[in-house]
Amino acid sequence: MRDELLSIIEKNSRIDFSELAVLLGVSEEDVLKELESLEKEGVICGYHTLINWEKTSIEKVMALIEVKVTPQRGRGFDNIAERIYNYPEVKAVYLISGGYDLLVILEEKTLKEIAGFVSDKLSTLDSVLSTATHFILKKYKDHGTVLNKESKDEREVITP
Amino acid sequence: MRNFLSETVVNIKPSGIRKFFDIVNEMKDAISLGVGEPDFDTPWHIRDEGIYAFERGKTFYTSNAGLKDLRIEISNYLNRTQGILYNPDNEILVTVGGSEAIDIGLRAVINPGDEVIIPQPSYVSYEPCAVLAGAKPVIINLKAENEFRLTPEELLNAVTDKTKVLILPYPNNPTGAIMEKEDLEKIAKIVIEKDILVMSDEIYAALTYKEKHISIASLEGMKERTILINGFSKAYAMTGWRLGYACAPDWLIKQMTKIHQFAIMCAPTTSQYAAIEALKNGDEDVETMRKSYNQRRRYLMNAFKEMNLECFEPFGAFYVFPCIKEFGMTSEEFATKFLQEEKVALVPGTAFGDCGEGFLRISYAYSLENLKIAMERLKNFIERLRNK
Repeated sequence: MRDELLSIIEKNSRIDFSELAVLLGVSEEDVLKELESLEKEGVICGYHTLINWEKTSIEKVMALIEVKVTPQRGRGFDNIAERIYNYPEVKAVYLISGGYDLLVILEEKTLKEIAGFVSDKLSTLDSVLSTATHFILKKYKDHGTVLNKESKDEREVITP
Repeated sequence: MRNFLSETVVNIKPSGIRKFFDIVNEMKDAISLGVGEPDFDTPWHIRDEGIYAFERGKTFYTSNAGLKDLRIEISNYLNRTQGILYNPDNEILVTVGGSEAIDIGLRAVINPGDEVIIPQPSYVSYEPCAVLAGAKPVIINLKAENEFRLTPEELLNAVTDKTKVLILPYPNNPTGAIMEKEDLEKIAKIVIEKDILVMSDEIYAALTYKEKHISIASLEGMKERTILINGFSKAYAMTGWRLGYACAPDWLIKQMTKIHQFAIMCAPTTSQYAAIEALKNGDEDVETMRKSYNQRRRYLMNAFKEMNLECFEPFGAFYVFPCIKEFGMTSEEFATKFLQEEKVALVPGTAFGDCGEGFLRISYAYSLENLKIAMERLKNFIERLRNK
């Protein structure tokens, strides 16, 4: 039930317990228990909302920053990653295989703020060797959801 | 001018769904739960393979029986899912949907006057195909109290010395019924004893919600007397690609291939390339869709329970078949009134045989959101009927 429960709430975290119980064919109590333990184990880390900010009046700029760093003896990349992810404007930090080490996703109100973060905060860190900043121009699909697209049923109304 | 039409064809009743279809089509913002095809798009990697086949110029006929690679993949698939080993060289024929396989399978075995046993409610094309092949259809009226499974007693009552073919339509459209191993074993025993050929339409085989589907062809002594029909429409959400297949003993596939060769030539080439991809890398897609259907099925069963509507729990395909006898209306009256008053389209059970009277087919090849709206309306509707 765990896998199926996760795949349902990954798409719809607002679904209520009783409906989850029906869909999974288990009791409401079981659903509650499972959710509690998933939260306790840190499998479920939050219940976020996917927002298409482009449709609001709020200005947001997002950038992906490739960062090359020198790993530290004993701590590897963890120390430097922590220094970066502690900034609240940093939305995500991933350790990446290949041409660079850390991928940092940054969200700010203006282009200028992003530039400021990279030049003042990020590049000045001792272990940071170089950065490359890419601005996001348009989001087509996010978290498995296609944005700005209406789904239409192409099927005939009745078929045998 | 003379009457040029064939009497046989003129005497065939048109599908009962058609009439209903016209009403729905003229109605604005009606919700439909009437569709017998998946609501999912064909998984992208499969569509991509179709596009790729075009790009590579794979725009010619294939061999009559279908691409060798596809037949090999079909053979592997049936081996890993059903444990039946079909020889890709001479025991598999790729057809234009499962429907072609039904048609040519019957035409390849029927002599005038042979009887074909058809359990109903079932898919609309068995009876006309049998008639067109020159057979006499013998209908078994399946019963709700048996969960619409075929019982040995019902079969024995229908068998005569002219019986040639038994059509076995499970998992079933429109009832959602399945046949489990012990049910099939009893049928197989009779079929072997009476020397009957089985046409097993397993187009919904990938969509079961209890045990995994078991094919009658996997039982001892049955492979040599079974035409197994399956396809890509339901499992892989590929209805418009028109691709199915028949597996049978070589002496039978040989004759079916003749009809297929002269009538059709070969199944669509692009679809065949896409289907190879489906069988090679599509298991996970099927499982994801199956899980979604299962959630919706549970949702509907729970909704019926809450509104006290009688319905046996179906474990296959994507249909539920609730009983509406308590309202004293025919299926068609109920469906028409429901459509007019609540704007939800369902299919009357009678579209699938006379014994579908008193039942409705509800398809859950629809999103949960749609099903919720429809169930809310159904609840209001039957409450009004009950309070009258």
